[in-house]
Amino acid sequence: MIDALSTAMTDYGWNLLALIGFSLLVLVGLLLVVAYLLLMDRKVWAAVQLRRGPNVVGPFGLLQSFADLLKFVFKEPVIPAGADKAVFLLAPVATAMCALAAWAVIPVSENSWGKWVISDLNVGILYLLAISSLGVYGVIMGGWASNSKYPFMGSLRSAAQMVSYEVSIGFVIICVLLCVGSLNMTAIVNAQKDGIGTSAGLTPSLLDWHWLALFPMFVVFFISALAETNRPPFDLPEAESELVAGFMVEYASTPYLLFMLGEYVAITTMCALTTILFLGGWLPPVDIWPLNAVPGIIWFLLKVVFVFFMFAMVKAFVPRYRYDQLMRLGWKVFLPLSLVMVVLTAGVLHFGGLAP
Amino acid sequence: MATAAFFYLFAVLAVASAAMVILAKNPVHAVLFLILTFFNAAGLFILLGAEFLAMLLIVVYVGAVAVLFLFVVMMLDVDFAELKAGFIKNAKVGALVGGVVLAELVALFAFQGLQIAPAKVLAAATPSDISNTEALGRLIYTKYVYFFQGSGMILLVAMIGAIVLTLRHREGVKRQSIAAQVARGPATAMSIVKVPSGSSVIPAAKSKEAAE
Repeated sequence: MIDALSTAMTDYGWNLLALIGFSLLVLVGLLLVVAYLLLMDRKVWAAVQLRRGPNVVGPFGLLQSFADLLKFVFKEPVIPAGADKAVFLLAPVATAMCALAAWAVIPVSENSWGKWVISDLNVGILYLLAISSLGVYGVIMGGWASNSKYPFMGSLRSAAQMVSYEVSIGFVIICVLLCVGSLNMTAIVNAQKDGIGTSAGLTPSLLDWHWLALFPMFVVFFISALAETNRPPFDLPEAESELVAGFMVEYASTPYLLFMLGEYVAITTMCALTTILFLGGWLPPVDIWPLNAVPGIIWFLLKVVFVFFMFAMVKAFVPRYRYDQLMRLGWKVFLPLSLVMVVLTAGVLHFGGLAP
Repeated sequence: MATAAFFYLFAVLAVASAAMVILAKNPVHAVLFLILTFFNAAGLFILLGAEFLAMLLIVVYVGAVAVLFLFVVMMLDVDFAELKAGFIKNAKVGALVGGVVLAELVALFAFQGLQIAPAKVLAAATPSDISNTEALGRLIYTKYVYFFQGSGMILLVAMIGAIVLTLRHREGVKRQSIAAQVARGPATAMSIVKVPSGSSVIPAAKSKEAAE
């Protein structure tokens, strides 16, 4: 037994320890980034409405998210008497876990040390699609297990909405994959090193990234990402004017915190995915000296924050969609548009001799 | 060793959760256990080196099909007592069918002597120099392209059939035409009416809208 254990340790142990170490590093880094993105969201929203936003806890309110964390953790979790207790508690855990699991395959940089990613899957993008499609379960289970009308309505809406927009997200990803020729996330970023700009004779720059070559798909992906993560203007599952707080009505304390955490981590994942698919990941905007000396992870974070800023601005600017308009946009506008773009992209790549 | 450990973990969980699908009293719990079974099947696929199939299983079955199952089961008002009575009534038939299938499986494995070795199948399915996503794509779009297109057609027919069966156009429903709303300009939205003093005029456009 001890012998078997020691062989296992030499075979897998150090890799396992390194894996756990890297996972913890990514987890802590991600949670810190999410804490400050949450604050940024509130600050941007406040600035648009000419308010100051959270500014009491710490300098400029920088510790607000941590104060909120403590507040949620120390409150009493209330479980309704009619609720299905096990599913009620499973729902927020599932949401947070699925959202965090997505970060196992997201590469944040690549340099002489290797790829900065926990697991360099060769079907990385499919894994992300699968994990993001699981986000809907937390919402459905939470809404059903609460045994209450508003949460149930919210979860029904959410299920239909998330399944609808996944379809167009899938087609957008197919478009990008056609241009890249690989399902690996690092390969997707590296494929953006040459493109429209370099074929015109320029140094590698932001003109090579997929946002320019696939601009309609970039727009479709951004809007679908808003809908997929239940962000305004598509936050119908928790539309407070109609459903109080949707599927979260009956939740309090730590379970509520886990729902919120899962939601914001999913938003950050979508920002990272937009960055990787369309904005060149960790590549510098222009490949010249002061810019390409900056570590790749800085560029990656800057781009994620930029996309998140766009998410926050949309929340501040755009009024909420009506439910039938949401379904119309998903099925009658984005689905045909992305389907046509898949055919067009494949046709141009094949007949233009550009296929990878 | 780790592969064997993971195999037994996934296999035991898959069988246990499959049993729970039929043993769970609450239908929603049954669907949730079904989802767990799908997950463990995906895990087994990954152990076989078929990561593309594993991800597809999760995207299609867990991400879409099981959501619809859950949807339907939640909306139904299921009477648990009645379900249980049905269980006892149908138990004999169920046991008979199950027994026949089990006997067939036992006979198959007893006579074939486990000829269907997973390693053999695996070696046949994956060429070593390309990823199995690419290998699958090459097979599906070359050798089996007619079967692939044919199954796609069958699914399309099923989808159109479902739409034809359930679609009905109701009369007297106001529908929103977003294109018409966006295209509205001052010329189409306003009409200037000279009102003779001492009388009133109902603008033509407004009265038409009111009649609708």
